[in-house]
Amino acid sequence: MAKDPLRDLLHEPLSVINVGLEGFAGELAAQKVDVIQVDWTPPAGGDPELADLLAKLGS
Amino acid sequence: MQRIEEANQQAIERMVTGDPVLVDVIPAAEAISELKERMILHAGPPVEWDRMCGPMRGAVMGIAVFEGWADDLADAESKAAAGEFDFHPNHHFDAVGPMTGMTTVSQPLMVVENKTFGNRAYCAINEGLGKVMRFGGNDGEVLERLGWLRDDFGPALGRALRHVNGVPLKSLVARGLTMGDEMHQRNVACSGLTLRALSPPFVATSDDNEALAKALAFLGGNDQFFLNIAMAMGKSIMDPVRDIEGASVVTAMCRNGTDFGIRVSGTGDTWFTAPVEMPEGLYFPGFTERDANPDMGDSTIVETIGLGGFAMGAAPAVAGFVGAGAASEAGNYTRTMSEITLAENPEWTIPSMDYLGVPTGIDIRLVVETGLAPTINTGIAHREPGVGQVGAGVVRAPMACFEQALLAFADRMGVS
Repeated sequence: MAKDPLRDLLHEPLSVINVGLEGFAGELAAQKVDVIQVDWTPPAGGDPELADLLAKLGS
Repeated sequence: MQRIEEANQQAIERMVTGDPVLVDVIPAAEAISELKERMILHAGPPVEWDRMCGPMRGAVMGIAVFEGWADDLADAESKAAAGEFDFHPNHHFDAVGPMTGMTTVSQPLMVVENKTFGNRAYCAINEGLGKVMRFGGNDGEVLERLGWLRDDFGPALGRALRHVNGVPLKSLVARGLTMGDEMHQRNVACSGLTLRALSPPFVATSDDNEALAKALAFLGGNDQFFLNIAMAMGKSIMDPVRDIEGASVVTAMCRNGTDFGIRVSGTGDTWFTAPVEMPEGLYFPGFTERDANPDMGDSTIVETIGLGGFAMGAAPAVAGFVGAGAASEAGNYTRTMSEITLAENPEWTIPSMDYLGVPTGIDIRLVVETGLAPTINTGIAHREPGVGQVGAGVVRAPMACFEQALLAFADRMGVS
C-alpha cells in the first residue's frame, strides 16, 4: 500500500509557517502548535489598478 | 524602470552627501525676504482659518497679539476670521516649524546651511515644555517667553554660533544616535552635545553674567531643544532633492492638525493630502485620548531623512515614552521602515542593531506596494487652544497621500 504523506504529516508534530492572515497562526498557537507568522499582504492592498501601475513603474 | 532607479540614486546621493551646519540666528524677516506684516506661516500643507484645528487657531491668535496685529486674543480671532491675515505653509519659504509651527516677521529663526549645496533652511527656537505656542498656548507667559527668545536668547545664540563659525550637525547627530536619541521625541543627548559645543562661545560673547546664566539654564534645561535644529537640518537636506525628474522619493511630510501632506521629488512641489490621523500613545496624568488633537507639525521632516520613528531602534527608551511597546521591540520599527526606503545612511548608524544605517529615502512605490505607512513619533496636543501638550505617541502617515502621489507620479512618467 502506497505511503500517504498527508496522513503521516497529521500524525507527527506540526511546524507551521503561516503567511498573511494572523488569525490562523493564533488558532494554531492556542493549540500549542509550533507556528511562525509571516506578515504579508497583497501588493497595493489588492487594488488591481495600483498594482498594475507598480508593476509598470518597476517596483 | 531604469530612469526611476537612476533618478532615485541621484536623490539618495544628495541626501547622504548633504553637510548641514547650524550657522546663525536671525530675524525671520531677514531670513525670508517675502515675509511681510500680517503674514503667518504655519505647519503642514496649506490650510485656511475656517479649517484650522483648535491649537492652530490658538497659536494664530497668540502670534497676532505678539506681533502687535491685534489688541487681544478676541480681537485676533475676529481679524483672523475676517481674513486679515495671510496664511502660508512654512515649507513654501524654506522653513519648518514644530506642531502649530508659527513663523512671523519678528521671530528669531535658527539658520541651517547645507554646505554641499549652498541652500539654507530655517526653524524657530524650541520654547521648552509646559504652556508653549507650538501646542497652541497663547497666554501672557507664552508671549513673554517669545519676547525673551526674540530680544535676548535668540541674539545671544546667534552671536555664539557666529563666534565658532557654526556647529556641524551631521557628526553631532551620528553621536546622538549612539547615545539613545532618535531626534524626534528624544533629543536628550543632542541637546546636551549642543550645550557642550555652545557653552564656550556663549561665555566668550557675553558681558552679562545674569543673562548668560539664564540662557545656559534654558538651553541645558530643555531636553527637546535640539528638535528644532534637527528639523531645520532635515529641511536643508531634503530641499536639494526636490524636483529630480523621475525620482519617487518623498521630499517632505508634514501635517497641520487637519490634513497630512507629502511632496515627492518627481512631482515637484505638489502636495498630496489626506485627513490627518490620531496618534496612539500615552497621556500625561489627568488626560485621555478624548483630549487629544489630531497629529500636527512640520517635525515629520525628521522621519523624511530617516530619523524619528525610522530610527526607533537607536532609542529604546522612547518606545516606552510614546507607547510603542517594549524596548526590545524598538528595532522592529526601524527594520519595518527599511522595507519602504531605498538605502541605509552610511554615517548615521545604530550600534545596537549591528551598526545598521538609518532607513533613508522613502520610495512611494514601496509604501503603496507593501501597505506600510511611515511611522512617526509625535507629541500630542490638547484639542482646545491654549492648553498644551497632553501626551506622546506614534502615528502613521495616511496611505491615501502615497496612493495619490503614485497616480500623479505615474502620469508624469507617461505610465497608465
